[in-house]
Amino acid sequence: MAGIVGYGAYIPRHRIKVEEIAKVWGADAPSYKKGLMLEEKSVPSPDQDTITMSVEASKRAIKRAGIDPREIGAVYVGSESHPYAVKPSGTVVAEALGATPDCHTADFEFACKAGTEGMFVALNLVKAGAVKYGLAVGADTSQGAPGDALEYSASAGAAAYLFGNDDLLAEEVATCAFMTDTPDFWRREYQYYPRHGGRFTGDPAYFKHIIGAAEDILSKTGLKPPDFAYAVFHQPNGKFPFRVGEMLGFSKKQIETGWLVNKLGNTYSGSSPLGLTAILDAAKPADLILMVSYGSGAGSDAFIWRVTPRIEEVRSLAPRTRDLLDGDKVYLEYGAYAKFRRKIRKAE
Amino acid sequence: MPTPSKHWREIPQRYRLEAGKCTRCGYVAFPPRLVCPECGNREFAPVKLAETGTLLTYTVVRVAPGGFEDEAPYAVGIAELADGVKLTAQVADCAFADLKVGLKVRLEFRKLSEDGAAGVIAYGYKFVPA
Amino acid sequence: MRDVAVIGVGMAKWGELWEKSLRSVFVESALLALEDAGVDRIDSMVVGCMSSGLFVGQEHLGSLLSDYLGRAPVPAARVESACASGGLALRQGFLEVASGMADIVLVGGVEKMTDVTGCEATYALGTAADQEYEGFHGLTFPALYAMMAVAHMHAYGTTREQLAMVAVKNHDNGSKNPLAQFPVKISVEAVLNSVLVADPLRILDCSPITDGAAAVILCPAEMAGKFKTPGVRIAGTGQATDTIALSSRKDLCWLESTRVAAKKALAMAGRKVEDMHFFEVHDCFTIAEIMVMEALGLVPKGAGGKAVAEGLTRLDGKFPVNPSGGLKAKGHPVGATGVAQAVEAVKQLRGEAGPRQVKGARRGLTQNMGGTGGSSVVHVFEAM
Repeated sequence: MAGIVGYGAYIPRHRIKVEEIAKVWGADAPSYKKGLMLEEKSVPSPDQDTITMSVEASKRAIKRAGIDPREIGAVYVGSESHPYAVKPSGTVVAEALGATPDCHTADFEFACKAGTEGMFVALNLVKAGAVKYGLAVGADTSQGAPGDALEYSASAGAAAYLFGNDDLLAEEVATCAFMTDTPDFWRREYQYYPRHGGRFTGDPAYFKHIIGAAEDILSKTGLKPPDFAYAVFHQPNGKFPFRVGEMLGFSKKQIETGWLVNKLGNTYSGSSPLGLTAILDAAKPADLILMVSYGSGAGSDAFIWRVTPRIEEVRSLAPRTRDLLDGDKVYLEYGAYAKFRRKIRKAE
Repeated sequence: MPTPSKHWREIPQRYRLEAGKCTRCGYVAFPPRLVCPECGNREFAPVKLAETGTLLTYTVVRVAPGGFEDEAPYAVGIAELADGVKLTAQVADCAFADLKVGLKVRLEFRKLSEDGAAGVIAYGYKFVPA
Repeated sequence: MRDVAVIGVGMAKWGELWEKSLRSVFVESALLALEDAGVDRIDSMVVGCMSSGLFVGQEHLGSLLSDYLGRAPVPAARVESACASGGLALRQGFLEVASGMADIVLVGGVEKMTDVTGCEATYALGTAADQEYEGFHGLTFPALYAMMAVAHMHAYGTTREQLAMVAVKNHDNGSKNPLAQFPVKISVEAVLNSVLVADPLRILDCSPITDGAAAVILCPAEMAGKFKTPGVRIAGTGQATDTIALSSRKDLCWLESTRVAAKKALAMAGRKVEDMHFFEVHDCFTIAEIMVMEALGLVPKGAGGKAVAEGLTRLDGKFPVNPSGGLKAKGHPVGATGVAQAVEAVKQLRGEAGPRQVKGARRGLTQNMGGTGGSSVVHVFEAM
């Protein structure tokens, strides 16, 4: 039986409020806040990127797992904001953790579900006995185009998962994928900002694939929503996870614990993985957790986890996600935010 | 523009804080070196630096050197780590008014510099308040 | 070992010398020194320059400057010890004469710093620090000295005002030096209100970026009488190194290399620090002058700030420090500074310092330092 042996989260300290962004673009802040159920988002400082956050989240996962990093046989980093177009984030992460040189590495890309894709692969390599431990990270410092609706939510964060066959803190019960070619949100090579299909990103994209994957995994396992203690869905804004949860038959209470987006924003490849870390910070042994990611383009990965007693022994070995989210925040004005996010055109 | 080799060579130190401990007198050399400056011994055992410490001194760089202009002002400091080694690094995520001798810090992995928009990115350690 | 004397000094005005190149800056001061000495021939040349490669893309200064002085095939060496390059050049020249290898030696120092941007200059100066473990993290020289200041203030209660008083005193002296880059007085308020460079150091705590050169002519002391002006004897020379990185030092606000170099130079001269009538020291930053005073043993450890506040180091004080105006007012063309200190010492001991004259000066000490104290060079001069 394979599953999670360690998990770790990283959230930068800086934040910007919806009102601050709305002020600059002349938008109506209260309607954005209400419509998106969003208050503020995390902002990476100029010295943070997908790689730095992945390293810190991974170190926390290793702390909880209590393993020797040299035994990690695969490192996968999923992101849509890898610092390099060619040269993997994974090599820097593996080197920083001390997992090199006998370690498989590649970067994953699938909009917001790159992290969970990496999780699926790492988990199954472990299951197949190909590696003793596999590490998968979902991390992003994605950009929202200035003045675009996505600017209110595009944020930064990382969640790392170490998979193994023994001493699990959560067992894998089932996985499945639901994927089609749907161009709801994309970015062409050499373009700085992504583009999206507006309302097309709703029903035919987010909802169709999450529901597709969730229904598949529930029918495959014979489980029903009330069987679960928690459910976490991809969180592009505050409303969608509750709506899709309701459509599937999950209650607000099941979704709340993993719902970080109102204070965090959409961490893209980190979104449902970070939500899962917050759940693992609170879950009890034998709890069942449903996790369904969503990546534009489009697809969803569904996982069902069963928490083991070991969670209580290791959870406090690294910072809790809610503490990272709520503690020591530093608020930025739009000017500093634009400078941090390199939205200001400078001399060559 | 330096070729990547100069930075790559320091990766074990910048990424993993690998140091050398003199087998005779226990002096910890970071970065590792060939001759112990305390006792002249040539043998060292591999060790890693401690990741927490206390600031001995600090300043805020307001006039930055080339490559760091966009980051200024930024804080830097020398901390004494838990293993007694003194280390120099930037201090990130700390309001300048909170900087003080005796501030407890830990090391975090951050981007140190990049060679323009097309060059190699250099990663390493910075202090953050513990 | 023979006794060595300085028989000529030369220095043109320092500043932002846009019309002058490195070679013309050097040659101008060298010619002044040769003229002052009244010598024709030179047997050897030693030049101190920190970073001509980074500032103007020029290395091989020995050849270039010998060529441009019209002196080829005279042997010429360029020496480097960061900001102590000039002092080191003096020491190397001294050794050539003392050893009998050469009789007439031209020692020069030069730096041409204004052909690059401020950022590039900061980078070039930063090469005196540990590149991989200080510079790489964005440390600059002002930042390193600022950290020494914070440590000194924390350990001994040295104040911001005391630092400012160092700059004010040096400008008082520099205002009497027509060759200085900034021959003007400043006030403590002006220092405290000037823009921050690296907290707590402000722009007026920092020596400037300067183009300039200085030169001296050395000969065996027994030969000095043959020349125009009275010779001044170099009675002692001392050099010492310390760790390159500040963080490797045992004490973050103590200049051990200065202590050791001074001890050696004074021992060689058979003198004590109290025997000196004036001091030309390396005030690259105001805090440096305070730490140097302590390392020389002029005041107890930690008492430097208080001594400055009490006026002990003024021109009319108990131990005049930097009668020339120091690096702060005179300027700091890096490689030239150590030689310019010698120029001032000689002028003082000849009684030629005019309004800056330290009355009755018979003996003086110069201290030149590289980086954050990674190297120090000290010389003791005595009137003959």
